[in-house]
Amino acid sequence: MSLRNAAYIAGAFEHPTRLAPDISTPQLHAECAAGALADAGLSLQDVDGYFCATDAPGFGPISMIDYLGLDVRHADSTEMGGCTYIAHVAHAAQAIAAGKCKVALITLAGRPRSESVMRFRPGAPEQDFEQWVGLTNHTSYGMCAVRHMHEFGTTSDQLAWIKVAASHHAQHNENAMLPKVVTVEEVLESPMIADPLHRLDCCVTTDGGGALVVVAPEIAKSLSRPLVALRGAGEATKGPSGGLGLDLTVSAAARSGPAAFAEAGVRPADIKYASVYDSFTITVLIQLEDLGFCAKGGGGKFVADGNLISGTGKLPFNTDGGGLCSNHPMFRGGITKVIEAVRQLRGEAHPAVQVPNCDLAVATGIGGSLGARHGAATVILERQS
Amino acid sequence: MSERTLTAPRPNPETQAFWDGASNGVLKIKSCGACSRPHYYPRAHCPHCGSPDTGWVETRGEGEIHSVSVMRRGEGAPFAVAYVTLAEGPAILTNIVDCDPDTLAVGQKVRVVFKPTEDGAPPVPMFTPSGD
Ligand SMILES: [Zn+2]
Repeated sequence: MSLRNAAYIAGAFEHPTRLAPDISTPQLHAECAAGALADAGLSLQDVDGYFCATDAPGFGPISMIDYLGLDVRHADSTEMGGCTYIAHVAHAAQAIAAGKCKVALITLAGRPRSESVMRFRPGAPEQDFEQWVGLTNHTSYGMCAVRHMHEFGTTSDQLAWIKVAASHHAQHNENAMLPKVVTVEEVLESPMIADPLHRLDCCVTTDGGGALVVVAPEIAKSLSRPLVALRGAGEATKGPSGGLGLDLTVSAAARSGPAAFAEAGVRPADIKYASVYDSFTITVLIQLEDLGFCAKGGGGKFVADGNLISGTGKLPFNTDGGGLCSNHPMFRGGITKVIEAVRQLRGEAHPAVQVPNCDLAVATGIGGSLGARHGAATVILERQS
Repeated sequence: MSERTLTAPRPNPETQAFWDGASNGVLKIKSCGACSRPHYYPRAHCPHCGSPDTGWVETRGEGEIHSVSVMRRGEGAPFAVAYVTLAEGPAILTNIVDCDPDTLAVGQKVRVVFKPTEDGAPPVPMFTPSGD
């Protein structure tokens, strides 16, 4: 069964907040749900499938379905870290294709700036062998960058260009956390957090959230919004594999990406716009290689000199400013990757960054710890007339 | 700078022999009787082929740095997080200690050094440059 045209993204909403001290986390989910449903021209009563992950408080879908007042016949709480919501789009399409639902709602929300949040459940099998190491995402992704530099000669200047491109886009986003354009020099002069990643190589931390409404083809065609179809999808996970499979320069996107392109029947060269999960600059570089936009090791040269800047570069990416400059709600950038891809395909991105005739886009992400265990999810989305 | 608190491991039947080895200054990994491949972190089954026929192997405690990143912020900073590829094959996630973290590099030779944790719990395997 192919997922090509099995489902359409009819509603997409990114909460404008970046700091939410005076709203509960469930309420933030509800506001995101309302926003995406209004965008689609649907209501809570139309929803018959619900998708959330561990950012949802309480007992996941069981708590949230009751809180929101939904009446669904399909629920899914797949957890793949930050890229989860990209996978949810594909899982919603699978459920729709199997006749299990017709209107799937996906929500993400969290307030890591306003309350302490639990990011991991204790008791992982690796815990006793790794917790004392003090591995954070900074050192995990830092080790990937060090190894990429060692093997391929990638430079900090090249990584900095990824931040520079994101900042060029963020200046047009009134909700962006960091709307100021930065230079390569400013990235390199920002404090070192974990070698070789500077503060400006890292994404922002924000309160916030987003939601998506994925619907059956006949429903999409009955609504007044532009048609954004799922054309292909892939997902994968990767870990150290008992210590024999360690390759820090290749991510699980090396499998999720080609799977998505194969299902879609298109090539990287056909893509007009790319949403690429940007927890760190190195995250983007490795995924661009793994998706085939350039050869492994060629990412540094590919991203340099503004090649990711909309309007001047060959591959416009993260035109909302991405996680590096705009929003990384609850440490999870997957949903905003899909949302900006939908904006681009509808022609609803900011005019200064809108890609002309944007009819084919990719949204891809990494979840978890790139240098340890992580997941990847990729969707290819198409604007249809 | 403040010392980093090392979270104590809690041995269980699957991992007890590893921590007994650590307490005696020996770094143990597992090897598979079915496919002959080693693995780390140790499990009862082989992650390469699924066989439950696994046994403990004492390593020489020597290896080289596969990658390393120095954390510059927070408790205990600066400290070095690294993957060390053991002479026996598997890579191990660890810290490089008792050295200037700014001198560390990919490919550098290191040897195991066990560091105490809290409250009498077993020590944990870190590495230090071996100087040869
Ligand atoms: Zn085996």
